[in-house]
Amino acid sequence: MNRIPAALKPTRRNSRRVALATLAALGLLLAFAGAAFAGAIAPESGGSPNADQIASLYKLVLAVAVVVFLGVEGALFYSLFKFRARKGAVAAQIRGNTRLEIAWTLGAAVILVVLAVITFSKLGAIRNPPNSGPNGAQLADGVLVASGPSKRLPPNGRSLNIQVNGQQYIWRFTYPDGDTNDLNNAFSYQEMVVPVDTTVTLEIRAQDVAHSWWIPKLGGKFDAVPGYTNYTWFKIPGRLAGKVFTGQCAEMCGRNHANMTAQVRAVTPQAYEQFISRRKADIKAADAAAQIQRKRLESSGP
Amino acid sequence: MAATTETLARPLPQVVARDVTRERGGWTSWVTTTDHKKIGIMYLVLTFVFFLLGGTEALMMRLQLSQANNTLLDPQTYNELFTMHGTTMIFLFVVPIMAGFGNYLVPLMIGARDMAFPKLNALSFWLLAAGGVVFYASIFFSPPECGWTCYAPLSSKDYLPSGGVDAWIYLIHLTGLSSLVGAVNFYATIANMRAPGMGWGRLPLFVWTILTYSVLLILALPVIAGAVTMLLTDRHFGTHFFEASAGGSPLLWQHLFWFFGHPEVYIMVLPGFGIISEVLPVFSRKPIFGYKAIAAATVVIAFLGLLVWAHHMFATPSPTFVLIFFMLGSFLIAVPTGVKMFNWIATMWRGTVEFRTALLFAAGFLGTFLIGGITGIFLAVFPVDWQLTDTYFVVAHLHYVLVGGAVFAIFAGIYYWFPKITGRMLSEGLGKVSFWLILIGFHVTFLIQHSLGLDGMPRRIYEYADVGHLELYNLISTIGSFILAAGILVTVVNVVRSVRVGVIAGPDPWKANTLEWFTTSPPPVNNFDVVPRVRSVEPMKDIRRQVERQTGHAAAPAPPAPESALQA
Ligand code: HEM
Ligand SMILES: [Cu+2]
Ligand SMILES: [Cu+2]
Repeated sequence: MNRIPAALKPTRRNSRRVALATLAALGLLLAFAGAAFAGAIAPESGGSPNADQIASLYKLVLAVAVVVFLGVEGALFYSLFKFRARKGAVAAQIRGNTRLEIAWTLGAAVILVVLAVITFSKLGAIRNPPNSGPNGAQLADGVLVASGPSKRLPPNGRSLNIQVNGQQYIWRFTYPDGDTNDLNNAFSYQEMVVPVDTTVTLEIRAQDVAHSWWIPKLGGKFDAVPGYTNYTWFKIPGRLAGKVFTGQCAEMCGRNHANMTAQVRAVTPQAYEQFISRRKADIKAADAAAQIQRKRLESSGP
Repeated sequence: MAATTETLARPLPQVVARDVTRERGGWTSWVTTTDHKKIGIMYLVLTFVFFLLGGTEALMMRLQLSQANNTLLDPQTYNELFTMHGTTMIFLFVVPIMAGFGNYLVPLMIGARDMAFPKLNALSFWLLAAGGVVFYASIFFSPPECGWTCYAPLSSKDYLPSGGVDAWIYLIHLTGLSSLVGAVNFYATIANMRAPGMGWGRLPLFVWTILTYSVLLILALPVIAGAVTMLLTDRHFGTHFFEASAGGSPLLWQHLFWFFGHPEVYIMVLPGFGIISEVLPVFSRKPIFGYKAIAAATVVIAFLGLLVWAHHMFATPSPTFVLIFFMLGSFLIAVPTGVKMFNWIATMWRGTVEFRTALLFAAGFLGTFLIGGITGIFLAVFPVDWQLTDTYFVVAHLHYVLVGGAVFAIFAGIYYWFPKITGRMLSEGLGKVSFWLILIGFHVTFLIQHSLGLDGMPRRIYEYADVGHLELYNLISTIGSFILAAGILVTVVNVVRSVRVGVIAGPDPWKANTLEWFTTSPPPVNNFDVVPRVRSVEPMKDIRRQVERQTGHAAAPAPPAPESALQA
């Protein structure tokens, strides 16, 4: 037992040094954690509250990680240098120290409890969509309000619900436009157009193999798996109207997986309504043209 | 040596093993052998060849990615390469090389004359070789392109009709059978053939990890065997286990795969932990700190490792409860892993650390694996994982875990046990050059990949546009991979050279702790003529002490090689 204080002696001196280094590193980290370094040491964010919350959760985990990293690497390098074999040095024949071992087991557990608490505190803001803002698209009943997924709607139950369909190697987006038949709805490929300040919910599906929906600045990935529906949301702030957010499929889906890109164009609610009516008109015109074509083929006979 | 001990009044455990009959030489002696040492050597050599193949595939991928929009490789070839690379590294390198170390060392470390079932042991090896041949034969037809995870429905006949996926399935079956037979053999050997006095509390820590490795293999492999069989019948016999349009479920494949796949990670790193637990105390000249805690942590990690598989599926449509369960489970594993880390560092604390190459690799393991463990916590926080999963952050993480946790340990093991296996020392000079190249090359290659992932680069893509810093980061990574490859080559040269011209090692060049150092290097066919009674976890220390006590300090049964020899 009386060996223990001696065993611990170098620790105290060392721990002060480690603590200093930790503080310095934390300072550096906070300086770096600004938006300029998103994409190098933190995930991208800025397009939607859930992406922002994920990034801030990440930074909290990073802060804890840096402390653990410096502490453990510090102890490792300290032992390597301080206790390297020298003439006359004799290795202390210590076989363990139950109290110390229990202490660091508990220490590790406490750190993880802290991380779990932080995660739970952020979970709601990441998982649950908020209401649309006052300047968002007016989601009048029957026009823009989607029947919506049964789960994950904003508190007021209103969101712009877009269906996202992954297929080798392109994304298809179906917009609600009042027509209850999905097949008649406005749609687009590769580029999704959405109104700002509006809560957009996504229903993500796949048609052939699994894909994964990912626009980094608008939040995390959600796999599109055949036979399943996945849900997520984003809400682009009003000041970002006109901005385009890019991303790409994140689940290996075949040879051209690398080329399965997607973008989300944020526009004002007025521009969005124009976009939808233009798409509707285009589709009607194309349908009419097809009808005429079919009639002509049918009348000319086989 | 025999001369010194003959003068003693009481008989002493001593190195008197001699070949009774001349060993047969030539290649037939290898093909027909059931000797655990020869089988172990064949395992080590064959798996290392696969390591070099997998490494070559990796370098080809890194060349393709060194520039944005590169056209060196076409998408099909790139997909084939990462599938071959991942599958090779896991099924043909890390898992079986641990069986190779286990084969060679377990009987020696527990004082047995062979494995419990020598013929089954040979079968294990040849099944592994067959798996490798079947898989690599597909390069003459069309290799699989679905990654080492072969997710359904991409792996179904509709999307990948060629035989590559089938070759992959047969590889899983053959290497799986090989590992299962081997695992049963290890278990039986360790349970029944320990030297007198070697209770569970005196089992060397490497043997503890091989025991745990075996149990994990026995639990996890039947699940993947079932899953790939279902995939095979889906592909060829009209079943629809994984086909959503016919009532099957692609997520079922993911659950079955990862139920095996996560324990597989521990199957790969636990024996590495065991190697580290042997190397650190020897070169710190101190007993391992907290033997019981380390052995217990091994078992706890294995148990928890069976309960965290769906942390690979955080982005799939799964209930929040499931996400939380697997997040907390993954957190929990960090505790026993942290305990091991602290115990290893405490083993060096107040020791006298000798910077042999084996110790350098062990220290490299500690510093590197720590980073993989920490990034694992990021990935376990599922909202954070939504940003990180399937990006280069994960590629970085998995290489920090597998190269940091397994490959560094394997190299430590090679430098530590090479003298026992061949009777000759590896060159320390080349060893150190190799270590520094590998350490620097590794971190240059993979540290920057965390940023690649955070900057938006998904994994498994054959090309990328020059946006953000992607091109710069990728170029750095590619340069690092060639430094790393150079480091590996230096060790290959070292091994090939030292087998012939290395300094003669003697039975116990490191003054080590465990029984394999009690016999000659290389050991004779029967390992030991006399199996000593084991009185502690460090039987060789006891034996050395006993000899010193009875003969004065003049003669130890295992004189260390002269200092100059070690510097060669
Ligand atoms: C020798 C240095 C190594 C280099 C340069 C390297 C490089 C790479 C590269 C470029 C990829 C493909 C990333 C992608 O396109 O997504 C990859 C994937 C992978 N590597 Fe390595 N690697 C090395 C060693 C290892 C080792 C030793 C292991 C295992 C023990 C390993 C296991 C894997 C696995 C499992 C994958 C994933 C394959 C997949 O996506 O299906 N690698 N590696
Ligand atoms: Cu894809
Ligand atoms: Cu896992």
